[in-house]
Amino acid sequence: MAQRGAIVAFEQVSKRYPGGTTALDQLTLTVPSGEICALVGPSGGGKTTALKTVNRLIEPTSGCVLIDGTDVMSVQAVALRRRIGYVIQNVGLFPHRTVAENVATVPELIGWRHDRIRARVDELLDLVGLDPAKYARRYPAQLSGGERQRVGVARALAAEPPVMLMDEPFAAVDPIVRERLQDEFLRIHERLGMTVLFVTHDIDEAIKMGDRVAVLQAGRLVQYAPPAELLERPANDFVAKFVGADRGLKRLSLIAVADLDLRKVATARVGAPVTRGEDPYVLLLDGDRRPAGWVNLERVRSDVLDASMADPSSPLFTRETRVRDALSALMAKGVRNGVVVDDAGRYEGIVALDDLVSLLGRQG
Amino acid sequence: MTSGEPLVRWDWIAGHLDEIALRLGEHVELAGIAIVVGLAIAFALSLFVLRFGWLEQPTTFVTGTLYTIPSLALFALLIPYTGLSILTAEIGLVGYTLLILVRNIVGGIRSVPAEVREAARGMGYSGPRLFWEVELPLALPVIVAGIRIATITTIGLVTVTALIGQGGLGYLILIGIQRFFSTPLLVGAVLSVALAIAADGALVIVQRALTPWSREPQRVRTPDRAEPGLIPPPP
Repeated sequence: MAQRGAIVAFEQVSKRYPGGTTALDQLTLTVPSGEICALVGPSGGGKTTALKTVNRLIEPTSGCVLIDGTDVMSVQAVALRRRIGYVIQNVGLFPHRTVAENVATVPELIGWRHDRIRARVDELLDLVGLDPAKYARRYPAQLSGGERQRVGVARALAAEPPVMLMDEPFAAVDPIVRERLQDEFLRIHERLGMTVLFVTHDIDEAIKMGDRVAVLQAGRLVQYAPPAELLERPANDFVAKFVGADRGLKRLSLIAVADLDLRKVATARVGAPVTRGEDPYVLLLDGDRRPAGWVNLERVRSDVLDASMADPSSPLFTRETRVRDALSALMAKGVRNGVVVDDAGRYEGIVALDDLVSLLGRQG
Repeated sequence: MTSGEPLVRWDWIAGHLDEIALRLGEHVELAGIAIVVGLAIAFALSLFVLRFGWLEQPTTFVTGTLYTIPSLALFALLIPYTGLSILTAEIGLVGYTLLILVRNIVGGIRSVPAEVREAARGMGYSGPRLFWEVELPLALPVIVAGIRIATITTIGLVTVTALIGQGGLGYLILIGIQRFFSTPLLVGAVLSVALAIAADGALVIVQRALTPWSREPQRVRTPDRAEPGLIPPPP
């Protein structure tokens, strides 16, 4: 069910209200097809207003929003909205309809055949991790907050929209569920490749979710850049303050362990005879090359290495582990080295605390 | 009541079953017409109030005033124009339903959560479909609650229409009073109460059938943390 995205372009979009408030001031930015653009900023910054000008829930006072070059104001509002996925903070599931009926909303509106709708509903529920047999016939009141959010995402994806608007979609669930929903959504996005505008007030969420982050303040676009650039070179004091004093640390969450040059150390197999080299420490591996821990050869009294001698205090990382998580794991355990393993748990290399700290020092 | 007379003479009841059935039928008809017509008018009024907010105060004022006029006085006022007709009876009965019905229809539609409305609009519902397919079904519990109150009130009130010759269970009560004869009076009163209770019960069943989603949710909720993890835990 691959679908493609569309280019969403704001051109000098302004929204002024009769009272004189300016919600959006000359917003110009382009979201490339298939990217996630995180709109972030303090409340009243204009991010939700910007989002709603795309599906015409708010109509700009001046300027225009283009989807693949077509001015949204030139399309009938109802038809436009049926081609744009929409997820809001409180989900807004229809309480009087079952999960399956909720997901089927837009396909029903645009008149898909019933068997096609049924197949699509099952496919989507699977996609968001809800077992159709178990959930399809439940009412929203019978779901947990996280389950409702998943149904909300499934409903927005139903008619394969090239553009998806998400207004603080995960703000109402607890942090653990939120993180899981974020990860799952990124996975879904990787598969489907639609263009996403994602409003959040949480800079960490913006950095995690956005291919690019647009920072809005008082209706104006202050900076529009990929997360790494935003953290490295904030456009002004406001952005620097907004991304936080720990932006150096935050940047480490954009880098995976695999992006570093891994160190190699002396290793030895369990059951191998003890042979002393110049480095007294070796990493003991089992028969499948899975690390068992460190052995100080100078203290080994027997002739053969066995697993009970190993000190397993080094944390294990995968290639995908974020550098920030690696750093905090090393500091929490009070050790200098972490062991990187592949998907099967086999030894790949070593990450040293010193490497991570020097990385931290190298950036602004 | 005549002394020595028992409170209820069962032989009178046995001998007047046809009459009692006739009056009960008239009662149901009078009340039924009033509810159906009242609902139709209240629905139309509510649409206007929802569309044009400024109409709310005048509507509440007029329907509220209608509600406060004593029924006997209202019938007396209407007789010069509409005579001792069923129309006179129904104008009064319908008038009394409007305040409750309009209030509950408008209130029910307005109680639809804002995020539900926003999500519906954002997904491409047109105005009329939003109303019929989302707002109205969600307002049903509140609307049916209004219909229940209006129905009970109307069934009680129909007894008064016997005074302008429209029959109903009020007719039995009336002859009981006129003849100092407690049996028909009690039959009329008891049947009127029983009818109200039965109608209310029927409406509860109708509402349950129409709004399966609003029943006490069976708590099959699982806590979020127990959801199946799709992302492997960090090593």
